[in-house]
Amino acid sequence: MSEGTEGHLLDRGVRAIAHAVRSGEATAVNVLEEALGRIHEQDRSLHCFNLLTEEAALAAAVRVDDSVARGVDPGPLAGVPVALKDNLCTQGIETTCSSRILQGWRPPYDATVVSRLRQAGAIAVGKTNLDEFAMGSSTENSAFGPTYNPWDLTRVPGGSSGGSAAAVAAGFVATSLGSDTGGSIRQPASLCGVVGIKPTYGLVSRYGLIAFASSLDQIGTFAVEVGDAAAALEVIAGHDPADSTSLGQPAPSLLEGLYDGVDGLRVGLISDFLADVAESCSKAADDAGEALARAGAKVEQVSIPEMLLGLPAYYIIAPAEASSNLARYDGVRYGLRVDGPDVETMNARTRAEGFGAEVRRRVMIGTYALSSGYYDAYYGQAQKARTLLIRAFEAAYERFDVLLAPTTPSAAFRLGAKTANPIEMYLSDLCTIPSNLSGHPAVSVPFALDLDGLPIGVQVLAPALGEAVMLRVGAALEAAASPSVRGPARVRRAGGEAVPGE
Amino acid sequence: MSETAYETVIGLEVHCELSTATKLFCSCANQFGSEPNTNICPVCLGLPGSLPVLNRRAVELAMRIGEALSCRIEPSIFHRKNYFYPDMPKDYQISQYDAPINVDGHLELPDGSRVGIVRAHIEEDTGKTTHVGGGGGRIHGASYALVDYNRAGVPLVEIVSAPDISSAAQARAYVTELRAIVVAAGASDGRMEEGSLRVDANVSVRPVGSTEYGTRCEVKNLNSLRSLVRAIEHEAERQIALVSAGEAVAQETRHFDESTGLTHSLRSKEEAYDYRYFPEPDLVPVVPDEELLAAARAGLGVMPAERRRRLAELVGSDGTVEQIQTVIELDLDGLVLAAVAAGADARLTLARTANEAAARAEGARSLDPGRFAALLEMEAAGKLSATQAKTVLAEMIDSGGEPAEIAARLGFGAMASSEIDALVDALIAAHPAEWERYRAGDPKVAQFLMGQVMRETKGRANPKVVTAALEARKG
Repeated sequence: MSEGTEGHLLDRGVRAIAHAVRSGEATAVNVLEEALGRIHEQDRSLHCFNLLTEEAALAAAVRVDDSVARGVDPGPLAGVPVALKDNLCTQGIETTCSSRILQGWRPPYDATVVSRLRQAGAIAVGKTNLDEFAMGSSTENSAFGPTYNPWDLTRVPGGSSGGSAAAVAAGFVATSLGSDTGGSIRQPASLCGVVGIKPTYGLVSRYGLIAFASSLDQIGTFAVEVGDAAAALEVIAGHDPADSTSLGQPAPSLLEGLYDGVDGLRVGLISDFLADVAESCSKAADDAGEALARAGAKVEQVSIPEMLLGLPAYYIIAPAEASSNLARYDGVRYGLRVDGPDVETMNARTRAEGFGAEVRRRVMIGTYALSSGYYDAYYGQAQKARTLLIRAFEAAYERFDVLLAPTTPSAAFRLGAKTANPIEMYLSDLCTIPSNLSGHPAVSVPFALDLDGLPIGVQVLAPALGEAVMLRVGAALEAAASPSVRGPARVRRAGGEAVPGE
Repeated sequence: MSETAYETVIGLEVHCELSTATKLFCSCANQFGSEPNTNICPVCLGLPGSLPVLNRRAVELAMRIGEALSCRIEPSIFHRKNYFYPDMPKDYQISQYDAPINVDGHLELPDGSRVGIVRAHIEEDTGKTTHVGGGGGRIHGASYALVDYNRAGVPLVEIVSAPDISSAAQARAYVTELRAIVVAAGASDGRMEEGSLRVDANVSVRPVGSTEYGTRCEVKNLNSLRSLVRAIEHEAERQIALVSAGEAVAQETRHFDESTGLTHSLRSKEEAYDYRYFPEPDLVPVVPDEELLAAARAGLGVMPAERRRRLAELVGSDGTVEQIQTVIELDLDGLVLAAVAAGADARLTLARTANEAAARAEGARSLDPGRFAALLEMEAAGKLSATQAKTVLAEMIDSGGEPAEIAARLGFGAMASSEIDALVDALIAAHPAEWERYRAGDPKVAQFLMGQVMRETKGRANPKVVTAALEARKG
């Protein structure tokens, strides 16, 4: 599978593909065919995709090539194959959230991020698998079966954006979109050896993202390299009048100065997760700190005990919002309907059959937490904890430009290892949840391999709208890490073998 | 056994649809009477992934209502009110809960009483369900239901009164006044028959003099002022009967049945929904900036209380309260003010407007005040009888024209007083006995003599002139 010394164009990343297509060195159609070829060959064993949109993708690729031929700029992501998490609305294309309750539903509109990608010349190849309604950390909660980790098919890719992370790790697409409510981009990025960015809340429009927990949900990007994830983020970011929580700022420039280094930057290495994460993960974060120090940053350990308020607060606030957001799936207007003698019974039967166990569990937790007489003790307390956490972050950012932490408590675990114990599964998001509660950006960058040869990511956290400096630090970590920690690089290194397990 | 006297305590919740061009959270038309499910989009259908964006104009109109009700306008936030119902697309309603936009106002009624306003908050309307087959349009026994989502997401302001209302009549006066206020504020068309104004009544009773409230019932389905009055009267009677018999009133929601005039239980306190309110994360707080406040104040029309004051200054308030209320309700006070300014007698103007013009209110609103004044002057000067003036007025409203020309065309041209003098002299000569009785002050004979003149003149004589001629000859 080689194509000269540089390998396949598809493996050279977002910026290289767009450059080659815009300059006429390559065609969007060829890049797309390469991507679809790999998907057809390998996705049966990975199950990254719920749905492929080959015809629409081919038509879009032809349009891009046509533009180039006519001398019209097809946009900054010209010809870049992209995968969309299946909780992003796509006009006329089935959008399921990997739930039986939405099976067969075709939205009459595109999510804002989907239109922006298209306008930028990107080629959407399909919809990726997820934990049902983005509730989970392993993609095992999909109604359509799990996604498998390209590094080891007996292991999970993480979740909930497991399909999008694995599709990039497997080299199917150059970039993909996920959504991150409690770590659903960064955790699978870490487990799949790719880069995953959760931007500042409000930087990317949520219009067309099917809501899980509205005050926490944020769309972000995956890619093999920091710069490529940033290039895709630049396209989808920026104010959208259709989302009232969208920030007023225009899309920031993220690529400028990306490789300027970290000399003089103040980096705080968060020490509070040590007791709860595997040694390999804390060591990766320590090593990342040392690498940054060698590159000129001032690295210091910092304890922010409020970080540990994150998980319990999250498991009140997120289910509470979810219980309300998911009320609309009642069998009346769209999606699944299981009939009954009266409307209440129809509602109840539809929801009992349409939702999986984890979704039902969270809807019940959330309903309970908001109930009269319990609101103050649960939701009210959780909001107070959230406020304390935000203040603690703000105080930390007076002393540091960015913070550094493990992304996950462990590398990829085996399928089924945590499905019997929801609490243990919830702990997968211990290190990622605080950024969702604070609304601040964070990125997971692959940095090490554990003794089993599985990738481990580290997280760079930054204050609101601190994406530029955050990604600069991410790029420095990437430069310091061995290329062997990245997904497609591993596939190439294996000498033309297909992904492990094929 | 002594008879305890009871008083009724009423608080009203009035839902008022705002007359914005578009819905509260999307750009669909806010329009009554369209084909079902034509004014809809992903947002007001609550489709997965859609998000609300607040309509600034709705906020401005809500603020106008707040201003008009002397409320404090506060920074506010939206909450979600969660409950399952097929005509509510998201199965939650976006409403305001513990931080509403308008709080703590009051409203003064024409009789001088004052009703407190607890709050007036913004919320979205639901769709409309029609139950088909079986139970006569009711949910029980229906074979299926049709839902029209055109109304879903239409902006509402819910105006909650304090329990300051003590009778069905006062409740009626309150709703009438509130309606006039929201119309004057340009915030709503206030049409009860189209559902743009909907009323729920919280009713309780207590022994006169008690300071504690009795257990209240919320009565729904009050689709007209008549229903409001009947429902409150019935509900108060029902509760008094219960309490008098030593039984307890159960806190519940009750449905008013227009056909029987009775209320019946919909759901008890135990069956009441737990709405699980929490702050709406898809919207940001509403901060009433100066620009919005200024726009809201500038858009306010003249409130009915102020209009009543202006008329009362002109005509005096004694014996005119009802006439003043009538002309204001019919939006004819402008006509009165203009006609008086053009020289007409104030009391006569008010009387003709409240009675005759009111019967043709729509046409009367475009009546030229100068011509109206001219007509009233003719009547005051005795050139037209009251009956003639009323006939001319009706003609002016229906077909237009100058009053003098219409009077001439109808043969109402003022009879010369010499002509009347001659008639009266002939009459006295023909009926000497009756004349003597008239001189002695017999009122029946006065009527007889007047009748004779009217018969001779075919009603053209002005009775005032005739009376004057008769009196002049009394000696």
